[in-house]
Amino acid sequence: MDAIILARLQFAVTTIYHFFFVPLTLGLSVIVAIMETLYVGSGREFYKDMAKFWGKLFLINFALGVVTGIVMEFQFGMNWSEYSRFVGDIFGAPLAIEALLAFFLESTFLGVWIFGWEKLSKGMHAAAIWLVALGANISALWILIANSFMQEPVGFAIRNGRAEMTDFFALLLNPNVLVQFPHTVFAGFTTGAFFVMGISTYHLLKKKNLEIFRQSFQIAAIIGTIAIIMVALNGHGQAQEMVRSQPMKMAAAEALWETQNPASFSLLTIGDLAQRKDVFAIRVPRLLSLLAYNQLNGAVKGIHNLQAEYESKYGAGNYIPPVAVTYWSFRAMVGAGFLLLILALYALFNVMGGMFETRPRVLKFFTWAIALPYIANTSGWMMTELGRVPWVVYGLMKIEDAVSPTVSGGAVLTTLIGFTLIYAVLIVADVYLLVKYAKAGPGTPPPVDAEGEPTPSLEGIS
Amino acid sequence: MMDLNTIWFILIAVLYVGFFVLEGFDFGVGMLLPFLGKDDGERRVIINTIGPHWDGNEVWLLTAGGTTFAAFPNWYATLFSGFYLPLFLLLLALIVRGVAFEFRSKDDNPRWRNLWDWSIFAGSLVSALLLGVAFANLVRGVPIDAEMNYVGGFFNLLNLYALIGGIVTIMVFLLYGAIFLCMKTNGDVMQRSKETARRLWLPVVIGLVIFLIATYLSTDILTKLGVDPGVIPLAGMAAVLVAGYFIHSGRDGWAFAMLVITIAFALVTMFMILYPRVMVSSLSPDWSLTIYNASSSPYTLRTMTIIALIFVPVVMLYQGWSYWVFRRRIESKTEKLVY
Repeated sequence: MDAIILARLQFAVTTIYHFFFVPLTLGLSVIVAIMETLYVGSGREFYKDMAKFWGKLFLINFALGVVTGIVMEFQFGMNWSEYSRFVGDIFGAPLAIEALLAFFLESTFLGVWIFGWEKLSKGMHAAAIWLVALGANISALWILIANSFMQEPVGFAIRNGRAEMTDFFALLLNPNVLVQFPHTVFAGFTTGAFFVMGISTYHLLKKKNLEIFRQSFQIAAIIGTIAIIMVALNGHGQAQEMVRSQPMKMAAAEALWETQNPASFSLLTIGDLAQRKDVFAIRVPRLLSLLAYNQLNGAVKGIHNLQAEYESKYGAGNYIPPVAVTYWSFRAMVGAGFLLLILALYALFNVMGGMFETRPRVLKFFTWAIALPYIANTSGWMMTELGRVPWVVYGLMKIEDAVSPTVSGGAVLTTLIGFTLIYAVLIVADVYLLVKYAKAGPGTPPPVDAEGEPTPSLEGIS
Repeated sequence: MMDLNTIWFILIAVLYVGFFVLEGFDFGVGMLLPFLGKDDGERRVIINTIGPHWDGNEVWLLTAGGTTFAAFPNWYATLFSGFYLPLFLLLLALIVRGVAFEFRSKDDNPRWRNLWDWSIFAGSLVSALLLGVAFANLVRGVPIDAEMNYVGGFFNLLNLYALIGGIVTIMVFLLYGAIFLCMKTNGDVMQRSKETARRLWLPVVIGLVIFLIATYLSTDILTKLGVDPGVIPLAGMAAVLVAGYFIHSGRDGWAFAMLVITIAFALVTMFMILYPRVMVSSLSPDWSLTIYNASSSPYTLRTMTIIALIFVPVVMLYQGWSYWVFRRRIESKTEKLVY
C-alpha cells in the first residue's frame, strides 16, 4: 500500500488513541487537586480517601497518556520528515518548550505525589498534584500552539525553502490558539467531571460509600456545568474563527455546496458525494450566518466556490476535504455536547435541590454518559484534522509533500501493525484496571483474583 | 563568543548526558529486577527504588528529541526517518516499560505481576541496546545522500561496531543499576546487588576497553581527537577503574559517582568526535549534517536559547529536590510500598 495513506492512518490511530487518555488527565488532575485541597483545608480524612480513590483512577489513565505521547513526539520525524524540515524552525519550538516546561513538571511532581504521602507535609503534597495539573494543562497549551500553526500559519516567512519563524509572540497569540486552547481544556474538564459523576452514581445506586460519592458528584456537577458551558461558548468562537481562516472546513462541516447569503444551518443532509449535491436536506434558515457572524445576514462560502477560488490561487488540484466525515463528525461532536450540557444542568439542579438518589433510572444514565465526552473529543479532532485536507499546513504545504521520502510503505505498515497491536493489548489492560478500581470504591483494596483473570499476553511484542 | 549553533549543540549534548546518567541506572535496575528480586516483596522493593524517578528521567530523552526538532530540524528529520525501525522498537520498549511500572502492582495475580516484571526487564534491555546502537552509528557514520536523506536499510545499522556499542551500554547500565540498588536497599537485595556489582565490574572494564579500541578502528576519532584523546575520555576510563576500588571496599556512593563520570564523559567524547557535525555521512564528508546546515534560523535559535537557559536550571533544581525527598533506603515493609 501507499506509504502516504499508511502514514496518515498511523497518525490517525496513534493520535486518536493518545487523545483518548489526555482529556481525562487534564480534567481529573484538577478535580483530584481540588479534593486534596479540601483535605488540607478541613483536615478530614474523608477528603483524603476521596482524593486517593480518584487519584488511583487518574494514575491508571495517566500512564497510557504518557507513553503514547512519546510516540507523538517522535512520529513527525519518522513518518513526516519533509514536514519536519519545512516547518521545524517553527513547529519544533513549541514541542521542545512543551517538554521543558510541562513534561518535566508533571512527571517529576507526579512521582513526588505518588510516593510522597508520608514524606511531605500536607500542603506540599497538595501542591505537588496542583503542579501535575498545571503541567498537564501547560502541555495542552504548547501542543495547541503547534497545532494552531497548522490550522492558521502566522508569524513566519518563507525563506531558504522553508517556513522560518519571524515572530514568536505571533505564534503564541495565534487567534486560533485563543479559541482552541480553552475549548480543548474545558473539554478535558468536562471529560473529568462526567467520569467522576458516572462512577459516583454507580456507587450511589449500590448504596456504598454514600457520603464520598455524594460529595464527589457535587464537586463534579459544578465543574462539569461550568466546563461544558465554556466549551460551548468557545466552540462558537472557534466556528467563527474557522469561517474566517479555513472557510473550506466550515463549508464541508455544513455540507454547504454553494455560497449562501444568508446562510442556512444543516440539521440533516443526505448528499450524493459523487455528484456533489444534496439529495435530501433539512436546513434552518439564517442560522449559519448567525453562528458565523452573530447576525442574521452574511455570506458563508460554499464548497464549489471555494474550490474554484483555491484553484486560481494555488493551482489545479482537489481542495475539498472528505465532506461526509467532516460533516458527520461535526454533528457527533455538537450532538454529544448538547446532551452533556443538558445532563450537566440536570445534575446541578439535583445537587442544589438535594434530590439525590430519588430517580435511580436517571442516575444510571450518568454512568453511560461517561462515553459522551469521549465521542465529542474524538469527533471534534477528526473534524479539525480531516477538514484541513489536503493541507498539512493550511495554504502552505500539502499532505503528499510532507511524508518521509525514504521510508517505504512496508516499513510504515510494520510499525502501524505493531502500534495497533500493542495499543489494543494495553487498552484491554487499562480498561480492566479502571473498571476494577472504579467498582472497588475507596479504602477497600480490590478483591484478590488468584486465577482466571484476563492477563493480556505481551510475548513477542516486548 | 560562541555562536548559537554551538550553544545548541552543547545543550543537546547536556540533555543526552542527563538522560543517560539518570535513566541509565533505572534501565539497569529494570534489567536486574527479575534476577535480584526473588519474591514479590523484593521485586516491589527494587521497583520502588526508582518508582518516583523513572518517568522524570525519561523526559530528558523527550526533551532532547524536542529540542533537536527545534534547533536542528534537519538532524531530527534525517535521524528519525533514517533510524526508523530501531526507533519504533525503542518506542515499543519504552511504552511497555512505562505501563508496566504503573500496572504491575494493581492486581494480585502472580501471572499478571510476572508478566509486567518481565516487561520491565525486556523494555529496559531493548532500550539500552538500541540507544547504544544508535549513538555508535551516529559517530561511525551512516549512508546519507546529498539531500540529507538516510539511504541505508535496517541492517546497515546493525554493524559490529554498533552492536558492541549496544552491548557495552547494557553492561554499563547493569553495573550502574546494581550500584544504585546497593545504595537504596537493605538486607538480601542489597547483598545480592553488591555481589552483582563485584562480578560485573571486570567485564564492564573489558567491554569499555574493547569499545574504545573499536572506536579508534571505526570512527574518525584519530583525526578529531588524536592518539591521545585528551582528558575527558581518559578520565572517563580512569573513573570506572577507581569505581572498582570503591565497589570492593563497599563505598557505594563513591562508586556511583565514578560511574556517573564514566557515563557522562563517554557521551561527551562521542559529541566531541561528532562536532561540528551532528550526523556523519559515510558516503561523502560533504553530505554530513552539521550544526550549520541542519540548524534552525538564528531567530529561532535565539528564542530557544533564552527559554532553555531559564528553564533547564529550574528543572534541574526541582528534579534534584525530588531526589532529596526520596533519598532514604527503601524499607522492605510491604505496606510502605507503592508500586
